[in-house]
Amino acid sequence: MRIGVFICHCGSNIGGTVDCGKVVEIARDYPDVVYADDPMYTCAEPGQAAIEAAVKEHNLDGVVVASCTPRMHEPTFRRTVERAGLNPYMFEMANIREHVSWIGKDKEANTNKAAELVLMAVEKLRYNSPLLPKKFDVTKKVLVIGGGVAGIQAALDCAEGGVPVVMVEREATIGGKMAKLDKTFPTVDCSACILGPKMVDVAQHEKITLHAYSEVVDISGYVGNFTVKIRKKTPYVDWSKCTGCGACTEKCPSRNTPDAFNEFTGKTTAITIAFPQAIPKKAVINAPYCRKLQSGKCGICAKICPTGAVNYEMKDEIITETVGSIVAATGYDLMDWTVYEEYGGGKYPDVITALQFERLLSASGPTGGHILRPSDGKEPRSIVFIQCVGSRDKSVGRPYCSSFCCMYTAKQAVLAKDHLPDSQSYVFYMDIRAAGKLYDEFTRRAMEEYGSQYIRGRVSAIYPDGEGSYIVMGADTLMGEPIEIRADMVVLAVGIEASAGAPQLAEKLRISYDHYGFFMESHVKLKPVETNTAGVFLAGACQGPKDIPASVAQGSAAAAKVLDLFAKDKLESNPQIAHVDIVRCVDCGKCIRCCPFGAIEEVSIRGTNKAQVIETVCQGCGVCVATCPQGAIQLSHSTDNQILAEVNAICQS
Amino acid sequence: MTNAISLDRVRDPAFTRIVQERSGQDITTCYQCGNCTAGCPAGFVYDRQVNQIMRGIQLGLKDQVLSSNSIWFCLSCSMCTLRCPNEIDVAAVMETLRHMAREEGHVTVPRVEKFWFSFLDTVRAFGRSYEIGTMALYMLRSLRLTTDLDLAPTALKRHKLPFLPHIAHHQGAQAACRIFERYRKRAKAKGVRP
Repeated sequence: MRIGVFICHCGSNIGGTVDCGKVVEIARDYPDVVYADDPMYTCAEPGQAAIEAAVKEHNLDGVVVASCTPRMHEPTFRRTVERAGLNPYMFEMANIREHVSWIGKDKEANTNKAAELVLMAVEKLRYNSPLLPKKFDVTKKVLVIGGGVAGIQAALDCAEGGVPVVMVEREATIGGKMAKLDKTFPTVDCSACILGPKMVDVAQHEKITLHAYSEVVDISGYVGNFTVKIRKKTPYVDWSKCTGCGACTEKCPSRNTPDAFNEFTGKTTAITIAFPQAIPKKAVINAPYCRKLQSGKCGICAKICPTGAVNYEMKDEIITETVGSIVAATGYDLMDWTVYEEYGGGKYPDVITALQFERLLSASGPTGGHILRPSDGKEPRSIVFIQCVGSRDKSVGRPYCSSFCCMYTAKQAVLAKDHLPDSQSYVFYMDIRAAGKLYDEFTRRAMEEYGSQYIRGRVSAIYPDGEGSYIVMGADTLMGEPIEIRADMVVLAVGIEASAGAPQLAEKLRISYDHYGFFMESHVKLKPVETNTAGVFLAGACQGPKDIPASVAQGSAAAAKVLDLFAKDKLESNPQIAHVDIVRCVDCGKCIRCCPFGAIEEVSIRGTNKAQVIETVCQGCGVCVATCPQGAIQLSHSTDNQILAEVNAICQS
Repeated sequence: MTNAISLDRVRDPAFTRIVQERSGQDITTCYQCGNCTAGCPAGFVYDRQVNQIMRGIQLGLKDQVLSSNSIWFCLSCSMCTLRCPNEIDVAAVMETLRHMAREEGHVTVPRVEKFWFSFLDTVRAFGRSYEIGTMALYMLRSLRLTTDLDLAPTALKRHKLPFLPHIAHHQGAQAACRIFERYRKRAKAKGVRP
């Protein structure tokens, strides 16, 4: 074999603490190495051209590049050697940056370690064989999980691009958190007015199938061919008959049902339609509060329904969809702010969350768009807003910034003044984070035009003053003085966390998630909507705190990725997969049971049962290789011989 | 010339480091939210608020921090510690600053120190606190002979000022006294005013 070795300087990243020239000298003596060089930037165009030239000039049939992590540039160099006429798998990479130069300062030790890593790569390469990918069909249909603004945007863009979309929404209506908002910053335009048409588009688009009030229960398969099981929760109403007339909600006697859509600021009926613009506009029975379902006596809604849609016997239904790609857009939830005893821990009725305040502002909310105190229904004169409640707070396990609270607090202060011109608002803040187009101007307007009094400091206690209001004790750190404010209402800008059940969904999608349940993107900067599972993309706040413009942008970005994937009629599978040696296989079935992807099946070969790898399903994880008691399974590109060659290289050098 | 703090000259990184080491708190994590100040019940008499003290430590402004009256008016109630989102034991930092100020021989509010001595003297003598004794000693030390006398009738009525000292059982007084002796020796060895 004729091997070429390239030791990258990566500017001073590697060259600063590794003697690359010396590594080249050492590598020249390694077995089968006929050429070695140390380019300044191997990944740059001249560096790649040098590899191509060396392959041709020295008649190389294998290439080792010692540089950075293969996560970044392994695909780059595979393409380079392919252009030079070699099989892309006749290439090995040694990581002498993250594993050597960045972690040690001792140049001699670094140089030795780099040389050893290069030897490992060379020894492995000597056992490499050319691999060829298989082609397989793609199901050109996408599943969008979550019907908030990010999911809606992704679904509409995919549908407009000609891809059939299946949208699954947990709640009875799409719209997500944005549907609960009254106005949106920084333009103060009506949330329902800008989101409503998009929701209607989802309902009416011929390419979109909407499953509201449904949840994903199981996902199997792989990019291009996912099989998804969806539970359609029973609404106890036959939606094919329901016209959304609302007659049932008017007559339902169970009028003390907590109103989740209104963030529990009001009461609703057991059979309900969340809000007037709901999509789909269909009634749902909240079973624990339904008299008929709980005690068998009532049935008024069934009697009143003009189309006979109410059906108390209805059961959950499981449906199966096959899709080629999945967009996760599950959004966020508010953290449990009641851990803050200093804000009353939830026992004061007029200390509310910003989302609750939003429902009070909304014309479709419980107060018809009037700001009224939940305790006595009176208009507040003095409103205190507290930012960073459950954001940037290590002591409650929420060290991150929730990103959009500064902006919506400014918006709510503006709206409070609009609704109640005699009112005065105070905003306790730590820092104002208004880094967006027209954002800073907007917070300035809240202060300058709307007279909102911003106070740089925190609140340490809220207690009732005995006359129906509250005393808010805080500090103005700019004045360096403790201060107190008599407030009729306190609005908390509660920090956000990943939506309930996000980690469980991540497990089903086989994608990573962080400490807080937010889904992990493939690369923070360069692959912000991709995940580490091929064909699964992210949109919106499920990946991290995000405001509406960013969620919409990411929804469109995810759609672009889906359309990109579906632009090919066939996908190429990764050839680094497991293979069963049928002579050694004793059909014990252990590999079939341990495979996390269901990629091994039992087949009959000349009358004997043997395990067989389904090549397009196998992800090359290697669990079966380690499990097989007969050693009958080998993983291409990581065979026992290749691994042993690497181990021998370091143990015997 | 301005009256501005000339940061590059005044800054004392060793002070920051020593406060961190002695208090065991990572003060670099303070991002000046102001929760400590908001909760402080003594803040109204401070010349510098708690968050400003923390800022002073971050900047290494040793003189400004150690000469502040705030560290002496601090009640050690630990509300600041409870509220801190970055889990800094702020009360422990204030305690460290008092130690450091005394070691420097710099007690901005001597009255507070005199009150402590008066209180500790009674504990050394009786093993437990003795309120009237504390009051009397403090009046003599501070020459503030009528201070807080107006509170005496109410306190007496509520049995908060017993005429006889509380009794520490099981030779508690002697045991307490031994603690004081140990401290006195150690302070002498260190050259600190006990």
